[in-house]
Amino acid sequence: MSSPAMAVDKQKVLDENDHILEVSDLKKHFPISSGIVFQRQVGAVRAVDGVSFNVVRGETLGLVGESGCGKSTTGRTILQLYRPTEGSVKFEGQELSTMTGNDLRQMRRRMQIIFQDPFASLNPRMTVGSIVSEPLQIHNMYANKKERQQYVEQLMERVGLNPYFINRYPHEFSGGQRQRIGIARALALQPSFIVADEPISALDVSIQAQVVNLMEELQDELGLTYLFIAHDLSMVRHICDRVAVMYLGKIVELGPVDEVYDNPQHPYTQALLSAVPVPDPVVEEDRQRIIISGDLPNPSNPPTGCNFNTRCPVAFDLCYQEPDPPLIEVRPKHFVSCHRVT
Amino acid sequence: MSTLLDVKDLVVRFYTQEGTVYAVNGVSFELEEGETLGIVGESGSGKSVSSLALMGLIPSPPGKVESGTVMFEGRDLLTLKPDQMRLIRGKEIAMIFQDPMTSLNPVLTIGTQITESLKLHEGMNTSQSRKRAADLLDLVGIPDAYRRLDDYPHQFSGGMRQRVMIAMGLSCNPKLLIADEPTTALDVTIQAQIIELVKQLKDEFNMAMIWITHDLGVVAGIADRIQVMYGGRIMESGTSHEVFRDSRHPYTVGLLGSLPRLDSSGEEKLTQIEGSPPDMRNEPAGCPFAPRCDVREYLQLEKCWDQRPPLESVPDVDGGSMHIMSCWADIREGVLENV
Ligand SMILES: Nc1ncnc2c1ncn2[C@@H]1O[C@H](COP(=O)(O)OP(=O)(O)O)[C@@H](O)[C@H]1O
Ligand SMILES: Nc1ncnc2c1ncn2[C@@H]1O[C@H](COP(=O)(O)OP(=O)(O)O)[C@@H](O)[C@H]1O
Ligand code: SF4
Ligand code: SF4
Ligand SMILES: [Mg+2]
Ligand SMILES: [Mg+2]
Repeated sequence: MSSPAMAVDKQKVLDENDHILEVSDLKKHFPISSGIVFQRQVGAVRAVDGVSFNVVRGETLGLVGESGCGKSTTGRTILQLYRPTEGSVKFEGQELSTMTGNDLRQMRRRMQIIFQDPFASLNPRMTVGSIVSEPLQIHNMYANKKERQQYVEQLMERVGLNPYFINRYPHEFSGGQRQRIGIARALALQPSFIVADEPISALDVSIQAQVVNLMEELQDELGLTYLFIAHDLSMVRHICDRVAVMYLGKIVELGPVDEVYDNPQHPYTQALLSAVPVPDPVVEEDRQRIIISGDLPNPSNPPTGCNFNTRCPVAFDLCYQEPDPPLIEVRPKHFVSCHRVT
Repeated sequence: MSTLLDVKDLVVRFYTQEGTVYAVNGVSFELEEGETLGIVGESGSGKSVSSLALMGLIPSPPGKVESGTVMFEGRDLLTLKPDQMRLIRGKEIAMIFQDPMTSLNPVLTIGTQITESLKLHEGMNTSQSRKRAADLLDLVGIPDAYRRLDDYPHQFSGGMRQRVMIAMGLSCNPKLLIADEPTTALDVTIQAQIIELVKQLKDEFNMAMIWITHDLGVVAGIADRIQVMYGGRIMESGTSHEVFRDSRHPYTVGLLGSLPRLDSSGEEKLTQIEGSPPDMRNEPAGCPFAPRCDVREYLQLEKCWDQRPPLESVPDVDGGSMHIMSCWADIREGVLENV
């Protein structure tokens, strides 16, 4: 309940035309093979199937959607942890999808990732100090051991970890503290862009706010840009400037958070938002839920026509005949892909 | 309405190699017939262990129910023999869990698993029980129910498996359904499907229900009463309105303040509760929330450290209200503004 000293700052000054990242028609298909001796490809999981968006320098762009819709794959393909099947990823104006070797390594310094499960992503046999300083060694920064230790201690302090514990191991920390270790490690190389892949999903409710507040403070201080992947739609509204809603490998709606949350246009976004419970019985009493039936279709065999037509409550003939509807600007800065809307 | 379940002073501990785990430290509550109780709290607060204890399902060793009574329709469940308890489970009290795979047998068809309990508890023959099983699957919204009786658990999606579990739970018309985080592993659209289903079935079957969750939003719309747990104890309990809109316990207030809301633009910084949940290997002497409590600090309440606040009516409660909490402080009148 103690209010942190930092002032609130959602009125970030952003230059909408300053794109730190430009993603166009990005695809990542994972081959499905069969056969024990002679492996042959029998199909593909179309995890990411043609997504385009820009990320403005200094903003937090949320990426939401049901599990399996391709959020993590999008994040990893942007960072070139997976190489794209097709499409382009431009970071600071430079094309990453064709970049290799040392060039790519240099670019990666400026792009980092924070994972959901702080436990699984930290080497249990390394001390906190070596976990946080490992990226520095890889990139030959702070070669002087003493300076490096000082820098690591500064980082620990900045993320709210007592530097006194620099020689402890991950299992000696709580979940929230482990996520702080993950954040310190991601910050070590002074990146400008961070993909945060469900960074708070595994944390206790009372710890989530701690980590989110820390991420917001760090953004203000260091001018970071975040791609914030999450399934907690309430938290996304809180932390993000804009949000992209994914369904089955595609973006179906994109826009400023308040605009999308107050005026959702795509039937899937409408259902998704209406399904989120609010901790207030008075609000819950009057809520109209749009219940969509069925499950996410298999991404190796998406429906013909609009991807959402198997579950859409307002589908009509066009939705089964035409190819996927394009993402079109229906209100200022608000993009939707649906035949009903455009 | 009359009382269906009356739990008093439940204490459960686990004696492990790393020491004693003080999982549940004196939990008391009642449940009326047909009532829905939401038990909320962060992981490790003792929600599952208290409900497992009243079902006689605490693994022993290492676990032990140290004391308490669980009166259900005039009998103390804690004194029943294992085979008497088995008859109550499934027939009078059913339980569904977060991961349906833990309670489904992967090598038996769904049909076999549902009909088994119908034969055991209701004395049906094979064709009667198959018909009833198909009806139940149909009722919980599984398409093509009769044919799906011969499918195995892995042939169902996560949401469909949870529907199967609900069908099994309902098979013998229980008086009480305990649902332990039944939607936590599911996507929010599937969660909404399950919540709608349970709401509708609850009325149809006139069951009482305990819905356990760490997601405060989930129970806001379905529970008549809410019970907030922390450190193996009940912190606050009352109607949904009382707990969510007139919270009196510092922990409840803090928890609600740390949650962003879907229905408001998130301009304000989230209030955060400092520190982490307690290590349950330390026996709490006083209030388990004391190390993280700003109210204690502001009011300089020393007794919070070593004296357990009793679970009593909140100050100046309206007549007839069951709004209770376990806290030495009264947060009204200028306390919250200062912490
Ligand atoms: N390395 C991989 N190999 C094959 N399929 C994958 C791989 N990673 C993800 N997938 C599949 O791609 C789809 C999208 O996955 P993912 O990006 O992890 O979704 P999300 O993060 O939205 O839950 C899923 O069907 C998933 O099973
Ligand atoms: N089988 C077990 N052995 C040892 N400790 C246990 C066992 N089951 C639960 N506990 C401990 O009891 C405490 C309460 O757990 P639980 O009731 O499962 O919490 P939750 O509120 O998340 O459901 C926790 O500290 C947990 O680690
Ligand atoms: S295009 Fe058709 S099927 Fe797709 S979301 Fe719009 S209305 Fe529904
Ligand atoms: S009893 Fe004391 S420590 Fe516990 S919640 Fe109340 S004021 Fe805080
Ligand atoms: Mg993911
Ligand atoms: Mg539990």
